[in-house]
Amino acid sequence: MEIVLIGLNHRTAPVELRERVSFTPDQAQRAAEQLRSRGILSETLVLSTCNRSELYGVPPESAPDSAGAMELFLATFHQIDPAILNSSLYRRRDQEAVRHLFRVAAGLDSMLLGEAEILGQVREAYRIALDLGATGPVLNRMFQNALEVGKRVRTETDIGKRPVSVAFAGVKLAERIFGSLRGHSALILGAGATGEQVMEHLRDRGISGLRVANRSRERARELAARTGAEVVDWEALDAVLEWPDMIVSSVSSPEPVLSRQMLERAMAARSNRSLLLVDLGVPRNVAPGAADLYNVYLYDLDHLAEIVEQNKKSRQDEVPRAEAIIQEQVEKFQHWQAGVEAGAVVDAVRARLVNDRETFLRERLADWPQLSPQDRSRMAQLMDELLSRVLLDRAESLKGERDLRRKLQNVEALRDLFRLDRDQP
Amino acid sequence: MSLLVIATALCYAAALGGYAGFLATSRRSLGRAATLFVGGGLVMHCLALMERSGWGKSMPYDDLYGSLLLFAWLLSATYLGLEVFHRERSVGALVMPVVLIILALSQAGPVAAPMPPPGRGPLLALHITLNVLGYAAFALSFVLSVIYLIQNRLLRHHRLRTLVWRFPALEMLERMSRSSVAVGLVSLLAGMALGVVWVSRIYGTYWSGDPKEIITLLVLVVYAGYLWLGRTTAWRGARASALCVVNFLVVLFSYSVVNLYLSDFHRFF
Repeated sequence: MEIVLIGLNHRTAPVELRERVSFTPDQAQRAAEQLRSRGILSETLVLSTCNRSELYGVPPESAPDSAGAMELFLATFHQIDPAILNSSLYRRRDQEAVRHLFRVAAGLDSMLLGEAEILGQVREAYRIALDLGATGPVLNRMFQNALEVGKRVRTETDIGKRPVSVAFAGVKLAERIFGSLRGHSALILGAGATGEQVMEHLRDRGISGLRVANRSRERARELAARTGAEVVDWEALDAVLEWPDMIVSSVSSPEPVLSRQMLERAMAARSNRSLLLVDLGVPRNVAPGAADLYNVYLYDLDHLAEIVEQNKKSRQDEVPRAEAIIQEQVEKFQHWQAGVEAGAVVDAVRARLVNDRETFLRERLADWPQLSPQDRSRMAQLMDELLSRVLLDRAESLKGERDLRRKLQNVEALRDLFRLDRDQP
Repeated sequence: MSLLVIATALCYAAALGGYAGFLATSRRSLGRAATLFVGGGLVMHCLALMERSGWGKSMPYDDLYGSLLLFAWLLSATYLGLEVFHRERSVGALVMPVVLIILALSQAGPVAAPMPPPGRGPLLALHITLNVLGYAAFALSFVLSVIYLIQNRLLRHHRLRTLVWRFPALEMLERMSRSSVAVGLVSLLAGMALGVVWVSRIYGTYWSGDPKEIITLLVLVVYAGYLWLGRTTAWRGARASALCVVNFLVVLFSYSVVNLYLSDFHRFF
């Protein structure tokens, strides 16, 4: 049982090459089908995300150079010169392939350390392969474990907890003040890309009310249609300021859009319920004096950038803990794998011995025609019992061995002793 | 020192370790373990209380130290209730040290001889327990309000170190503090009512003008004021939390100066 991985990612290949080697879901299915029908792999899974394309596979037992065959397949599938492709590919086998996948699922291999999307992408790739029937016991186990690793790393470490984008940092700040965003409302000023990003995050976190205002009403309406927000007249801004618990502003304007007086009135109207102001504009959209108002929390772009910078550093600090979880899970997988192999080796030994016993009896009892069929079967039974007692029962106990290294050594020893082929246990 | 008290202290210390670990690493298993240790500590603590009051159906209120032992028990019980109700474990690391300190103080003095009848009885024990529960709940709201003020300061001044991301959100802290005060008010009211019933049975009068009675009424008023101001007026937020901290000074005054020097028969509770 061998596991082979070939692939490329943002560290090994430029974006032009990554684009050419990426798989659409359709292509991924087709590739998986072809890899199996051509006998290159017996189990296979294609993982293709924005920053990586990887082929995972378990080759058939007799395949000589499966990694080479996979590389050649990848080059022909995407019509790329193998020489160009090969210089960007990495190849991993067995334990290292498992570790690589677990690191990917944990977000340790991502461009943005600990990002959350990758786990969903791994899950989706696995689902597609599973529906297609392209995976088998080994890859199923491996990918289920990878999903478990991704989940554990995100719950047991802080690697993905703190925001590393300005938009998300603003939303996380809101949660530090309001707790759950359900029952709270936000007003977005400016219909640019940042505004939209913030709105998506807010919606994902369950905000109850979302309004948007923009100088050009048309653009506000487009954005509102995409995000399910309400549109507010730019001219009537003053009148709605008492409504939101959070205002996110990214408007290009030489003068502050929200003056201290406007906010003072708004705070009085909402009888000082907390208000979070996230000012993403340069120059700033909120008059700095507003920070002194009671229960107003004002954050500008520099504050948020500082949070992002700190959090990137603190994510780095979490890597050793994530690696420890991965190591633990790789060992768990190896245990499982060794258990399966031990079972297969013991079965092979049993088959070999039964076969030898039959040949032996046939040769030796040929001169004893007086033996009845009952006697012959009785002798066969006695020999089976002897074999079980002196050898097979002990070999059987291999499966339960707790020490992984000893288990693997014992499996190897049995293989050598009975000259079992490496690929044909 | 009683073995039960030592076992209680060990449980609380383990809980403190768990909560601190949870705060530092946000591992849920540590938080859960801490909660279990608080539960175990509460059982041990209850046994210690029964032992201290001579295994009678009573509470140890005959001296300051017994009353502190009771206070520590009710404080951790109230905390556990609040933790379960609000599903929020991240303040445990700050409550448990307070519990442990009070537990340690309760061991600092000798056990006094029990009060002679007609002073004893379940009605008096319940009166005292409910009042001490009220004080414990106020102590908890004090801790929560202090955390609120710290968290608020950090957020307003953009000092976003680790703590900000680990403590509960401001509104959650406020809600927890308010529910704690609500528990305190209800039990203090009920406790006072029982006290009035008890004193009228023994002495035939409802009001003796004892300074403790006056200060307890004051405590009721200031905490009711906190609930009202923090809910309906522009005082919500940091000002309300500061008020809650100040209110607790009144409780401390009542529990210390009034008990020990001013009151005639409210000596230790």
